[in-house]
Amino acid sequence: MRFDNPRFQRLARAAAFLLVVLLAGLFLVPLAWMVSTSLKPLNETMSLPARWMPSRIQWHNYRDAIDTMGYFWRYVANTLFVCLMTVLGTTISSALVAYGFSRIEWKGRDRLFLVLLATMMIPFPVVMVPIYGLFKQLAWIGTFKPLWVPAFLAGPFNVFLLRQFFLGLPTDISEAARIDGCSELQIFWHVILPLCKPALLVVALFQFMFSWNDFLGPLLYLTEQKDYTLALGLQSFQSQSGGTAWHHLMAASTLVVLPVLVLFFFTQKSFIEGIAATGGKN
Amino acid sequence: MAKVSLRNVCKIYAGERGKDVTAVDDFNLEVADREFVVFVGPSGCGKSTTLRMIAGLEEISRGEVAIGDRRVNDVPPKDRDIAMVFQNYALYPHMSVYDNLAFGLKLRKYARAEIKKRVTDAAQLLGIEDLLQRRPKALSGGQRQRVALGRAIVRQPKVFLFDEPLSNLDAKMRVQMRTEIIKLHQRLQSTMIYVTHDQVEAMTMGDRIVVMKDGLIQQIDTPLNVYHHPANLFVAGFLGSPPMNLVGGRLAATPGGVIFKEKDGGTIQCRLAGYPQAEALADKEVVLGIRPEHLSVGAGAEPGMDRGFQAIVDVVEQTGAETSIYLQTRSSFLIARGDANLGNRDIGHRFTFEIDTEKVHLFDAVTTRRIER
Repeated sequence: MRFDNPRFQRLARAAAFLLVVLLAGLFLVPLAWMVSTSLKPLNETMSLPARWMPSRIQWHNYRDAIDTMGYFWRYVANTLFVCLMTVLGTTISSALVAYGFSRIEWKGRDRLFLVLLATMMIPFPVVMVPIYGLFKQLAWIGTFKPLWVPAFLAGPFNVFLLRQFFLGLPTDISEAARIDGCSELQIFWHVILPLCKPALLVVALFQFMFSWNDFLGPLLYLTEQKDYTLALGLQSFQSQSGGTAWHHLMAASTLVVLPVLVLFFFTQKSFIEGIAATGGKN
Repeated sequence: MAKVSLRNVCKIYAGERGKDVTAVDDFNLEVADREFVVFVGPSGCGKSTTLRMIAGLEEISRGEVAIGDRRVNDVPPKDRDIAMVFQNYALYPHMSVYDNLAFGLKLRKYARAEIKKRVTDAAQLLGIEDLLQRRPKALSGGQRQRVALGRAIVRQPKVFLFDEPLSNLDAKMRVQMRTEIIKLHQRLQSTMIYVTHDQVEAMTMGDRIVVMKDGLIQQIDTPLNVYHHPANLFVAGFLGSPPMNLVGGRLAATPGGVIFKEKDGGTIQCRLAGYPQAEALADKEVVLGIRPEHLSVGAGAEPGMDRGFQAIVDVVEQTGAETSIYLQTRSSFLIARGDANLGNRDIGHRFTFEIDTEKVHLFDAVTTRRIER
């Protein structure tokens, strides 16, 4: 059989499709298991052989989980606050820094950019202790500040992403704006930013997901239980009352994951466009 | 009143390994109020750089630029009272045509009614009233360039700067926009400086042409003067299509004037009248410049000393209104141009051609400068 045979090509495509579906299914297993467990009675959560379908669906697991957590809505508010501030901070600061690294000429610019990129190679645990010490000096431990203030100082990855996007825009546009009467900041605000919405959206979404899921940061810096974020709050199921209430933990986990999924569902098109654009256009 | 003065302007870039690159060298020009000046030259000759220095988009390394009577070296572009049209239009893709035109006025805090009036007037002038609500993406190249023109017009600047504005348009649209810009200049009566590498645009649009090469001005004059009295070999070869025929040779002095003899045993010879300094020119190495329209198929001239020479016809190009004949002598390739009747010469055959010796040019082979009659 020849490879350019239409029948062979159809078969090849079907095989590829099947592979993709199988892989997608594989990735969905933990998610499905989480949802299934969240609806089971406690004694079925660890039963062997494993049951995919609960013998009876317990919707009240969700209300129980919320009640058990105690501060659930408080956690939601805390998480939203941190997410909002970090998204705002990262987007604004990274865009500004990326603008400076791409659309303004200055001596040593590209060398400094390399230094910025190099900081990405430093693993977080290396700087964890010194940074903790710094925040302690500032008396920020036990507040939200360590979680959101650094976001206003631009992250190297986001700067890199936006810089690539900015480099793809023609310089003529900035020059036209300069002659039209824009200052550098006005060019940034009126011309460059509106043209970079897809890339900004990618940065915002990445940051939102990171802050929403972040466990280590809140664990390090938050001391009062009522200040916890959702990711940290989930941990409280594990040690309470001896064993772990798996069905409640999974119910709460589902609640935590759900907003991110919904968000991605509605923004995936521009999200993927943004990533594609930052990668290839230049 | 807005004249533009450039005095000893230089642009020097820091090159690799500390070597400086001079992009524009000692540029001197006075553009009169309401004048249309065209900078022309091959790419890399510094014409755009000079324009960008006038606009304030490039720093001036040395020298002085003045708009009106004000030195503007350190004035930011927005305060120079200029407007610029770019080759790639440089429209704001996220704004409608109306907003593109209005943007500069909004930044300058004009009243809303005034903005509306100016935008509508400009749109009417350019015939783009129907496009005001569209985005640039939805426009053709010609329409985009009109919007770019409109963005310059609404500002009512003292000086318009054009950086190869027609290069991205197709041939037909280019001719159309060319005449529109000429009309615009007549209507607005403002000072315009126009950069192009297209010699037809240079010849047809400018009150004066500045021919540039390697950062240096070669000649500044009216289009016809530049065409008929090119200052040097470069200008002679650059302007004109088909280009001027250039034949290297040597001069000999005779009582009746100088005689040009092609070098390397070439067959082109002619007697040139009107060079009073014939004695001084004797035995000088020169380049003879003959415009294609000053070569004709000999109407009886004998090949030899005077003005005729024999050549084989290589190619005949007929465009309807005129004919170009590509000819070959033993050592040169030449082009002759004439009206349609010139045509129908048999390809591969030998004919006698005649040089209009009154209209040829002589250039010094060493300095490349034209030798005055």
